[in-house]
This record gives sequence, C-alpha cells and structure tokens, in this order.
Amino acid sequence: MPNMSLVKNEMPVQAPDVRNKNFSEVALGYTEEQAIDEAKRCLNCKNKPCVTGCPVQIDIPAFIAKVAEGDFEEAYKIITKSSSLPAVCGRVCPQETQCESKCVRGKKGEPVAIGRLERYVADRHNALAETAVEKPVPNGHKVAVIGSGPSGLACAGDLAKKGYDVTVFEALHLAGGVLSYGIPEFRLPKTIVQKEIEGLKALGVTIETNTVVGKTVSIDELMKYEGFESVFIGSGAGLPRFMKIPGENLNGVYSANEFLTRINLMKAYKPDSATPINAGTKAVIVGGGNVAMDAARCAKRLGADVTIVYRRTENELPARAEEVEHAKEEGINFRFLTNPTEITATEKGWVKGVICQQMELSEPDASGRAKPVPVKDAYFEIEADCVIMSIGTSPNPLIKSTTDGLDTQKWGGIIADENGLTSREGVYAGGDAVTGAATVILAMGAGKKAAAAIDEYIQNK
Amino acid sequence: MFEILEKKSLNPTVTLMKINAPRVAKKAEPGQFIILRTDSEGERIPLTIADYDRSAGTVTIIFQIVGGTTEKLNHMNEGDCLHDFVGPLGRATETEGLKKVAVVGGGVGCAIAYPVAKKLHELGVEVHSIVGFRNKDLVILENEFRNASSKFVLMSDDGTAGEKGLVTDALKKLIDSGEKYDRVITIGPLIMMKFVCRLTKEYEIPTVASMNPIMIDGTGMCGGCRLTVGGETKFACVDGPEFDGHLIDFDEAMARGASYREFERKAHEDACNLFKEVK
Repeated sequence: MPNMSLVKNEMPVQAPDVRNKNFSEVALGYTEEQAIDEAKRCLNCKNKPCVTGCPVQIDIPAFIAKVAEGDFEEAYKIITKSSSLPAVCGRVCPQETQCESKCVRGKKGEPVAIGRLERYVADRHNALAETAVEKPVPNGHKVAVIGSGPSGLACAGDLAKKGYDVTVFEALHLAGGVLSYGIPEFRLPKTIVQKEIEGLKALGVTIETNTVVGKTVSIDELMKYEGFESVFIGSGAGLPRFMKIPGENLNGVYSANEFLTRINLMKAYKPDSATPINAGTKAVIVGGGNVAMDAARCAKRLGADVTIVYRRTENELPARAEEVEHAKEEGINFRFLTNPTEITATEKGWVKGVICQQMELSEPDASGRAKPVPVKDAYFEIEADCVIMSIGTSPNPLIKSTTDGLDTQKWGGIIADENGLTSREGVYAGGDAVTGAATVILAMGAGKKAAAAIDEYIQNK
Repeated sequence: MFEILEKKSLNPTVTLMKINAPRVAKKAEPGQFIILRTDSEGERIPLTIADYDRSAGTVTIIFQIVGGTTEKLNHMNEGDCLHDFVGPLGRATETEGLKKVAVVGGGVGCAIAYPVAKKLHELGVEVHSIVGFRNKDLVILENEFRNASSKFVLMSDDGTAGEKGLVTDALKKLIDSGEKYDRVITIGPLIMMKFVCRLTKEYEIPTVASMNPIMIDGTGMCGGCRLTVGGETKFACVDGPEFDGHLIDFDEAMARGASYREFERKAHEDACNLFKEVK
C-alpha cells in the first residue's frame, strides 16, 4: 500500500540561527526510516513522467522501488547507470523544475522527494567501506578532457568505463570546477566532490591539475603531439560580468566568482587560511540567481549584515525557491526593484555605499520576464563596505583564441551540435562552455552525450 | 610536484629560484607569469617569469619577501618541491617592429625587466636599460643587464650605486640628449611606473607598463586583478599583464594593491615568528 501522505518527509536541517554562523552542511539528510517512508509515496507510474523531467533519464521509479524495499545498493546501481555524480546532483539539482515537477503526486499535494532520496542512496553508498573498483579493460585509445567540472567529469567517467585512456586537464590546483570553487561547503561538502573524483581515478582516469589548456598546452598540440584522438571541452562559463558602473573597481567590490573562490577553493573562511577575504560588516550582493544566494549566505557566515538587491521582484528571482527560502531564514535582507547605479567611496578608496535606482516592472522582455524600468529621479543609497557582483558569467575565451577553426557564438559560447561535436573534427564540447551558465545536471548530461559520440567517432575511425 | 633545483639570494630580501616545470618552460615567453602555491594549504601568488630554459625544462622566478607566502617560499630549499606551479599565464611582451627601446626597471621589478631586455637584445633591438634601486645592497642582475644592453644606467636613491637619483631623471636625460626610442617598457613599483609614464607622455613615446596586481586564478575567472585602462576595465591576467602605460589608472591600481596590506603584514609577521620558533 503506498504512503498517501500529501506532503514530503521533511528534510532535517541545521537551525537557521545556528547554521548562519558555520560552514557545515545545512541539510542533514534523511534517516533510513524517512527514506523508506518517502519512497513508499511513489506510485511507480507505468509511463514514468518523472524520467522525462530528468536531463540524464535516471530510471527514477525503479530506484525508488528499491529504496522502498530497503535494497539501497541496488538503488545506487540503478542511479549510476545514468548519472555520474549522484551525491552531487541529489543536492544541487533543481528537482522542482525537473523530475519532481512531473511527479503525479504533485498534482494534489507535494511530489515525491526524488532529490532527497537520490542523495540518501548516494550518501549511504559512499559511507560503505571502499569496494575495489574493477578497472575496465583498456581499449588503447586516448581522449583528453578539458576542465574537471560536471561535464568533464561525466564525460571522463563514461569514457573510462568503456576502456579509454582519459586525461582530464584542470587549470586550478584542485579538480571539480564549479563544484570545488563555486558551490559552498554548506550546500555541497567538498569531501563529497573529492570522493566522486577519487572514484574516477579508481577507474583509471588521470587528472592533471595546474594545466591551463590554451596556455600551458593547446588542443592542437594535445592531438598532434600527445596522441589524443579526441578532445572534450568542458571549460565552463567562468568569466565574471560586471555592471560597468562607477566605483566598481573600489576596494571591497568582488565578483561573486572571486568571493566564492576565495571561500570555497582557498578556504578563506578558516581563521588560519593563507588567503584573505573581506566580507565587511555590511555586504550588498547584486543579483538574484543561485550564485547570488551562495555569495550572500557566505557573507552572512563571515559575520556581515547582508542585503541582496535585485532589479525585478521576488516572483522573477532566478534562484531556486529553496535557496531563497534558506537565505531568508538565515536573516538575509532582500531589496527588490532595486538597481545599483554607482558605488560610492571612502576617502581611502574603499566602498562606502551603493547608490540604487528604484525600478518598476513593465512589459515582458525577450526572456519572457517582466522588464524592469527605472523610476525617474528615485535614487537612494544603501550603506555598505563590501559589494559582490553576481550578475552572471560568460565562457572563457582562452580556448577559442588558441584553437584554430573552433567556431563560437558572438557571446563566446562554443558552437556544438546535439552530440557535442564542434566545428573541428574530433573535438567535442558541452556544459556551460556551450550553453552559457546553466545547471550541474545539464552539464553532466552534455558530458555523457559527448562521451557516447566520442566513442562512436573513435570506433568508426 | 615542482622541485626547486637552484636557490640563490640576490640581496637580503630578493631570492632567485630555478624550478623544474617542463610544460611551463616549453611555452614561457618574457612578460608572462606563473602562479604558485608553496603547500597544500597555501595561497596562490602570481610571479612574473624571470627566465626559462626549454631544453632543461626549468623556469626561473625571482621574488621579494613581502608577505607570509613569500616568507615561506624563501624558507624552502633546493630539493624541496612547490605544491603547485601553473603557467605560462598572460600575454607575452610584444616585440614586433621594435628598433630601439628603453627598458626602465625598479627594485625587484628588474627581475621581470631583465628577460624582456634580453629577448629584445637577442632580436637585435638596441636596448637601453635604466634600472633603479634604493641603495647598493639591493642591486640585482647588474651584469645580466649590462650584457643585454647597449647602454646601461644604474640609479640609486642614496647614490651608493651608480648615479644618485630616480630612473625618471636618467630617462629624461637620455631623451633630452637626443636618444629616440620607439618604445619604453617599464616594470617596477606602481609609483615609479606612474611617473615614467607621465614623463614619456610628455615626450609622446609609446610606453607599456607591466602590472602585477592581486590575483587568484590567473585565467580570467575571478576578476580580482582588474584595472582601468583608457576608461575600460581590463583583467591583468588575460588582457595583460602589460598595458599602454599612458592609459592606465595608476592611482586606482595603487589603492587596489593595498586591499589586503594589513592582512599581509600580519601574515608576514606570523610566518617570521613561526620560523623563529622552529629555529
């Protein structure tokens, strides 16, 4: 008999006024009882609408059925047939717009908590004693993967399982891409990311950190001199945008990328860190996406009084509802219909405040969202000693500018077909480098697709 | 891991290290930089490449001990390994079409100015090197510069080495004596570069200045190294580190460079105390 409760089993979390002072994970995960109880809410629909909402088509009802039976390892096996990073995706996927949005139980009441169950299954598996991974039989072909973020890791994993000799090149000193430098510890513990990477290494994947493709070595050199038959570009969208308003280069103004990299990659939040950070006493975060929420919640944990300014209203916030909710609970202020026009300075060249213009909504723009327009002469200043610009990122031009014949869009995204093939033979691309900033799961899906296409390409050569 | 193959003290606060880094050595050009970390918990610091040997696979760095990380680095010895060493980053110095160049270096900036002078000299460009230091104890690479220049002027603040005065005095004198440079390349403290650029602007001599701002990733990802050049924001790591000296907002660069001065001073003190305890 299914569990007909209209609501999800609630996820235990750290209390807001406790967690906003530490960097430990906010959500604590289901207990076994909660997981089984939640799994029993699944009706095991024959047509599996949830699967259509999953970018990597995990057989969701099948894994949930195994959870309901208490066979968690089998559930894990089902998930990993389709997903390379279940412990990561269970945490950071926007399930509410993907699998869970299609769940029949969501029509009346809340959908099955698919994400929480995925997380439970992955965590439970990861807590098991290490089982020796069987290395696939080498097939003698070499593939290079550029970037060790979600798309690169997914691509590398799938190719390694097929016996390819895969080398992942990472520009930073640590693998993981945005999972390591971008998403904070309290949302995605770094031990989980490193565990997934260790898993890939156990499959035989080589990870070369400290290698900037386009500088240290070029794609052409990798293919010509180092024997790589195919290359996958998963270099992400890491170039921060600024507003181009006066005062943006003052001391105390960060891009969200810099602020988060200092905290997540360089561990600047730890008192003994060699890398400095300055969240000030009053921090203003500009933007309304998930990255803005992450930056705001980090600044709060570093002791600042935090305000997020966003030029539209709460209804248009691009961040996940859950992230907005968490931010609010933690005491972060929101000022909607507010657009910075200038950052003011102290005599010593530090941020003193942010002059903002009042906005109002008008007709929908190209993105389909109501367009914010300025209210004439309605300016006000918000006091601040730290400003974090979180208004998006674009793909890094480094690879394009050093790879002959690699076509890109005007805005910098690499042009690739649905299987990831670029304008260069044997060169594939996927993830944010192609689409512009999107989600972990979409990048992972693109990496997997490209892996299949690369396999076909090499086998038919 | 990147082994320190050679370590040499150039003066009490400036050290040279030759690092085993074949991939970097293969691609390095004058004007580019690397980023290193001393240990697994270390901060990332950028240092401009002072020299390289492609066949030996080595890259030479020269650094001044100014903060916690450089203090730690200076306590490492031949045989020790740097945890991370990535590069070459940034754009190389443009040398095309140059016939006569004045290279103006100051302090530890001379370590970066030298490979530029050397490369130009090898290309057959007439190089005049003007280098300045506070006093004779701080002079570095004097012979190297002499060998790479057809004219060499050494300046010191107190007159204990070469002539007494500033590099701008020497440069002005040369220009006024009729030397015609098609470019001035300046590398050193921001305040020095600011005044070199102010001088050459008066004489309308194209000038590039090599910037060394605060940086994390060095690939364009963080924007921490941004500066204003001709009213536009540029990232020193990917757009530079060399820029048109007449367009750089040096005052802003100086303010940004001081962002973490207090933290840095404290980190240096802590590192010094730590090494004292160890002794």
